[in-house]
Amino acid sequence: MKIRFEGLTKRFPNRNKKIKAEVVAVDHFTFEIPDGKLVGLLGPSGCGKSTALNLICGLETPTEGRIFFDEDDVTDIPAESRGVGMVFQSYALYPHLNVRKNIMFPLQNLKGEQKLTKEQMESKAMEAARIVQIEELMDRKPNEMSGGQQQRVAIARALVKMPRVLLLDEPLSNLDARLRIQTREEIKRIQNETKITTVFVTHDQEEAMSISDLIVVMKDGAIHQIGKPQEVYDQPANLFVAKFLGTPPINVFTGRIEGGKLLIGDEEILGKDYVKDTPDQEVYIGIRPEGFVLREGKDGALDGKAGVFSGKLLAIEVMGRDTSVVFSHGSSEIEGTRHRAIVSSDNRIDPDSEKVFFDLNPKKVFVFSKESQERLL
Amino acid sequence: MSANVEKQEPNRSPVIPSGKPSSGAPTYRKSSALTKLKSLKAWLYLLPALVFLGIFMVYPLIDVLVYSFEEGYNSASQTSFGTGWFNYAYVLHDPYFLQAVKNTFIIVIITVPLSTLLALLISLGLNSIKKLKEVFQTIFFLPYVTNTLAVGLVFMIMFKKTPYTDGLINMILSIFKAGPIDFIDGPYWAKMFVMCFYTIWVVLPFKVLILTSALASVDEVYYKAARIDGTSRFRQFTHITLPMISPMIFYLVITGFIGAFKAYSDEVAIFGTNLNSAGMNTIVGYVYDMLYGDSGGYPSYAAAAALILFAIVFTITVINLLLSKKTSIR
Repeated sequence: MKIRFEGLTKRFPNRNKKIKAEVVAVDHFTFEIPDGKLVGLLGPSGCGKSTALNLICGLETPTEGRIFFDEDDVTDIPAESRGVGMVFQSYALYPHLNVRKNIMFPLQNLKGEQKLTKEQMESKAMEAARIVQIEELMDRKPNEMSGGQQQRVAIARALVKMPRVLLLDEPLSNLDARLRIQTREEIKRIQNETKITTVFVTHDQEEAMSISDLIVVMKDGAIHQIGKPQEVYDQPANLFVAKFLGTPPINVFTGRIEGGKLLIGDEEILGKDYVKDTPDQEVYIGIRPEGFVLREGKDGALDGKAGVFSGKLLAIEVMGRDTSVVFSHGSSEIEGTRHRAIVSSDNRIDPDSEKVFFDLNPKKVFVFSKESQERLL
Repeated sequence: MSANVEKQEPNRSPVIPSGKPSSGAPTYRKSSALTKLKSLKAWLYLLPALVFLGIFMVYPLIDVLVYSFEEGYNSASQTSFGTGWFNYAYVLHDPYFLQAVKNTFIIVIITVPLSTLLALLISLGLNSIKKLKEVFQTIFFLPYVTNTLAVGLVFMIMFKKTPYTDGLINMILSIFKAGPIDFIDGPYWAKMFVMCFYTIWVVLPFKVLILTSALASVDEVYYKAARIDGTSRFRQFTHITLPMISPMIFYLVITGFIGAFKAYSDEVAIFGTNLNSAGMNTIVGYVYDMLYGDSGGYPSYAAAAALILFAIVFTITVINLLLSKKTSIR
């Protein structure tokens, strides 16, 4: 099922009563979540992504705008009747009920024609438990299970009534690192198996990138970019999106465009082919860690030609698969930033060198207007 | 003290200084001596409390037990005629005692469930309002800090019928073409009604306080989850709220039973000290009468009655605890 937002807005009164201005948690959302996809709402904490989720499930009512499930306007339908399944950050499993009863809970609410017999409920609960692979835990109480197991029970409970939409609020934040990777794959698998349109909220870009079909990057209630994870990573719409995605984060420098040249300090890093007809101006230049190509040899001049970009070498971190070159630069957006270039571990660098020289991969270099922070190149 | 600590220091990590980690046996012996010393110290610290408890709690309890089996014990001369079940037989055949038992049981059976239920309803109401919540909470808690006897007097005046006035309650009743009824000196059921009304009124604030905080402690997220799953308000209450606050409800029921069985001052507040003639005596009231009342001076009978009360309360509490364990959520 598709979910469509039209000018969806949610404003809250300010917590601090002295401030009259309202807080805009969700600001004029207009976009469509396609049927059967796994969509990640990504943003820093406090950006309104959980509010957006609560608007979809009906726990919050929008200040303005409409929400459509396919062609049905559900804006005024209460949470009870929307037929969505939701997994809460804390799982919200009923502590006094065992797993079986927790999963059966939504089914026992059905009334009238939808009412199920005990056998039907049991078999549906078993089916949901099978999908999340917890059949052997059916008689446990929530506090007798690990976080990962509780998470699965919560998903099973959300799935058991075959919801039209599955919502997950920070589904992995309460799990430890290893379980997190395992569980996110699990979520992807469950979504693939059930084909239920799924929206999940996260502040962890890696989490969103790894499993989403589509990610929605949010900040301060506004959508900054929507797209496939790789697209958003490769073509960030603005400086915020570029900074938010990617580990290690993108390296940002101040620079300028001058006469068809892109300059950081006095170094011309890219020429006419890249800059084209962009007017002269002050800019931010973002370079992904993997966009640096190390120049080996003394002063990076193996073939008598130095690289286009240089920095003061601070450290070399060997990771095995690749190597992080940590350096500083006089034109960092934030002074004293330790920049990080990721190069192949085949590269040989003399750790005693003062400076380190790079060529740049133009595809990994993004130029943003200093004024609007929107992407120029 | 300080010397003691110094002496102990090397003992605390017995393995390290020896340099022979394989010598397990001496290490064990040392630590067992240490445990012994530690437990000795613990007992030493407990001693003052144990002495006080022994003198003022355990000894009197045993003494009461002894009195209850001593026939015609006289506390002045410290003499008795003999030992046996006589006191129990007397008390159990005393019509005043049987009346007191009946009164107590009626009060317990009516007031404990009713006050808990009312408190639950009030707490639910308090929990669902947003404006003036604190104000209402304070109002509902006020009776708790007022004096029982003073309030009892007010109740008596409200319910009493005198040659000059029928009282406030009878005035209200007359609107509905009922009454007048003398609630204080009239028929037994009227007196019992006032008694139960008053008892509930007195015990309500504490229960409201406990239940409001119990309700507030139920995590909001459970209700959110339930709403999304289409759970009706009633089912949310019976399947989420009640099980989650059930430990508190059991606590209130158990303490409520114990408190109601020991009721006495509430009765005095309304019907005065001569409860036997009002027919409104309770078991504790009977014990008091046997000790200090007009017919008093019989500590043996009082002791026997007190122990019968103890047996009743003990039995009820055990049943309560067993029930609560059976339905407990954790």
